[in-house]
Amino acid sequence: MSSPDAIASASLYAKRKAVYPKAVDGFYRRLKWAVMAVTLTIYYVTPWLRWDRGPYAPDQAVLIDIANRRFYMFAIEIWPHEFYYVAGLLIMAGIGLFLVTSAVGRAWCGYACPQTVWTDLYQHVERFIDGDRNAQFRLARARWGASKIARRLFKWSVWLLIALGTGGAWIFYFADAPTLFSEFFAGEAAPVAYGTVALLTATTFTLGGFMREQVCIYMCPWPRIQTAMLDEKSLTVTYKDWRGEPRSHGVKKQTMDLIQTGDCIDCLQCVSVCPTGIDIREGPQVGCITCALCIDACDKVMAQIGKPRGLIDYATFEDAELEKSGAPARPVIKALLRPRTIAYLTIWSAIGAAMLFALGVRTRIDISAQQDRNPITVRLADGTIRNSFTVKIRNMEARPRTVEIGIVGLDGAVLWSGGARPANARTVTLNVAADSVTKQRLFLGSARPGEARQPFAFTVRALDAQGGTDTEPAQFERPETQP
Amino acid sequence: MAEKRIDEATGTQTMGHEWDGIEELDTPMPRWWLWTFYACIVFAIGYTIFYPAWPMIDRATGGTLGWSSRDDFDKEMQTEARRRAPIMAALAATPIDQLSANPELMQAAVEGGRAAFKVHCVQCHGSGAAGSKGYPNLNDDDWLWGGDLKTLEYTIEHGIRNPDHDQTRMSQMPAFGRDAILDGKQIADLTAHVRAISRQDKAGAASARGGQLFTDNCAVCHGPAGKGLRPFGAPDLTDAIWLYGGDSDSIAATISNARYGVMPRWGEKLGPVTVKMLAAYVHSLGGGEAAPPPVADPAPDPAKPHVQP
Repeated sequence: MSSPDAIASASLYAKRKAVYPKAVDGFYRRLKWAVMAVTLTIYYVTPWLRWDRGPYAPDQAVLIDIANRRFYMFAIEIWPHEFYYVAGLLIMAGIGLFLVTSAVGRAWCGYACPQTVWTDLYQHVERFIDGDRNAQFRLARARWGASKIARRLFKWSVWLLIALGTGGAWIFYFADAPTLFSEFFAGEAAPVAYGTVALLTATTFTLGGFMREQVCIYMCPWPRIQTAMLDEKSLTVTYKDWRGEPRSHGVKKQTMDLIQTGDCIDCLQCVSVCPTGIDIREGPQVGCITCALCIDACDKVMAQIGKPRGLIDYATFEDAELEKSGAPARPVIKALLRPRTIAYLTIWSAIGAAMLFALGVRTRIDISAQQDRNPITVRLADGTIRNSFTVKIRNMEARPRTVEIGIVGLDGAVLWSGGARPANARTVTLNVAADSVTKQRLFLGSARPGEARQPFAFTVRALDAQGGTDTEPAQFERPETQP
Repeated sequence: MAEKRIDEATGTQTMGHEWDGIEELDTPMPRWWLWTFYACIVFAIGYTIFYPAWPMIDRATGGTLGWSSRDDFDKEMQTEARRRAPIMAALAATPIDQLSANPELMQAAVEGGRAAFKVHCVQCHGSGAAGSKGYPNLNDDDWLWGGDLKTLEYTIEHGIRNPDHDQTRMSQMPAFGRDAILDGKQIADLTAHVRAISRQDKAGAASARGGQLFTDNCAVCHGPAGKGLRPFGAPDLTDAIWLYGGDSDSIAATISNARYGVMPRWGEKLGPVTVKMLAAYVHSLGGGEAAPPPVADPAPDPAKPHVQP
């Protein structure tokens, strides 16, 4: 590749080498099954959970109601103006990824990422229909005949069904699940529902069935970010080359005692089980999602040849150096408890605690007032100056309430909501509908002379046992010239 | 001038021009570009056939589809009219004093009135209905002719001081100074009296003299206490609101020359439903009054001028 011609003709494109990962059993494989079961269950079951909120709000436990601009999550209801809670959750998710990365490396990639979970599921289906690694090899090379077509069609159909289920479950987060379910199959659901299902079915089918590890290696930004975040204290899947090298592949057992060989017998089990098709013995690399299946595969081989397990194992770079120099391995907990991890954990918990506190003390009643500007002041027959305000009462409880709007400051002023002006009233009682904003025009009159702009405040108080108040500052204006 | 030739470096034919040794390649258009261009020409020809396109002497060609933007607009207006038809019918059928029994209809009337006000009324009364000198503020609680729904509807429908209309609100204050009914000193005394009853000045000798003049000349319309009389549209002179100004000069000018505020009658132009909506809107601005209790003795007919100049 040194000549200029060779550089000019070298393509940046590399054709994908198909990966046919071998089935494997072991501790990490079972952990992956467990994580898959939990994550998929959460994904599919959550929209069907019910949560009683009374007659004025939906009874779906988790619901993103875009049409009415409400987000329900069990006992929590979020209005659009409270979107900072969602922002907080996203920040927590981001810092959570940092936290996980600093503690256990790319565990997200290896176990919990939807791309990993669905690819794993698809590969399981593939092994079920096509057979294990070698059978898949043979089938891929085989000429297209009736049997191959039948197998392929069967496999793609099962994939498509899974994809349809994936896309189908997504829409239930945005509408009442049982209703949408029957509407969907009756052909009465909104076009956007069908569009969303079609789109997510297509992406699941393509990304899980065909793109697979290419998503992790080429498309996803997260591995690049993680490579920047990993340091010598990060937990990675490590091939212990000082123990494994030189490999004894092809060396007969009789001669093995004579020449110095490592524990690695070059059986390539670690490569054949790898879902991203890499060779972990080449060291840490961006293609490694740390799913640890090679650990399971290698441990099995080590047991067969009577060597201790852990030729390939989770280890930090620092521990690997220690082990290499002959020092005893440090307990894993030491890798977990380090300042960076603790700092992330502290920030993450602080944001969570702050959000919980804010949720706990937030009022479910809210007032805002806007002064009517045209005209700002009106002189009444008896010389009283009148201002009018458009007041909005936000009732965030899922039931109608009666509230009392009052004023603080502005002594001697009269507040009324229309009709004849009362002699002296400083409060107006209002019925507000459940879970909505009520708009009310209020008149405020003051006969006393005063500043051109006099500050005061509107207050709102819920007149039921639960109570709740809110205050909104405002200004009372007087004409600057006398008649 | 060079001949057309094949350029060696690119293998493309040249245009055949040469300027100081610089030649131009006759590179063909990209095929996709050319076909797009042809497709655009075909589309354009089709467009001029199907849609209005070619300017003729008095109008453009109509196009075979018969489409026009004016028709589209008409259709949208008709759709909107159909949408509003039930509300308009209900408004037409409901007398204005019964509108408040139906809050939804009242709300529709107020909103419709708000829109109509922006078109027909803002020129004089201002965009916020706050009025200006000579044009009443409709937000306050001081009404010349009355501020309940029915009275407002009548005022808007028949207008104020339309000489060619029998039912219009009509009255005329005499020009006491200009027509030499009172002399300058008397007008000054009368002004002092009006300033005193509106509590802008303390009562004194001048206002006491003016009090007698008031009883003789003004109390017929403005009432003995100066509280005004709505059947004549005579303003309350004791309150804080002055349509033409409450300072001494303005009051003296008003007494001397009189005032003759005019409002067009809108009934014929806008129709009963819009007038009803306008009345509802004006009533909603904050000074609207409840309907007066029915009186046994009918009020004087406001249509007839009671005070002759």
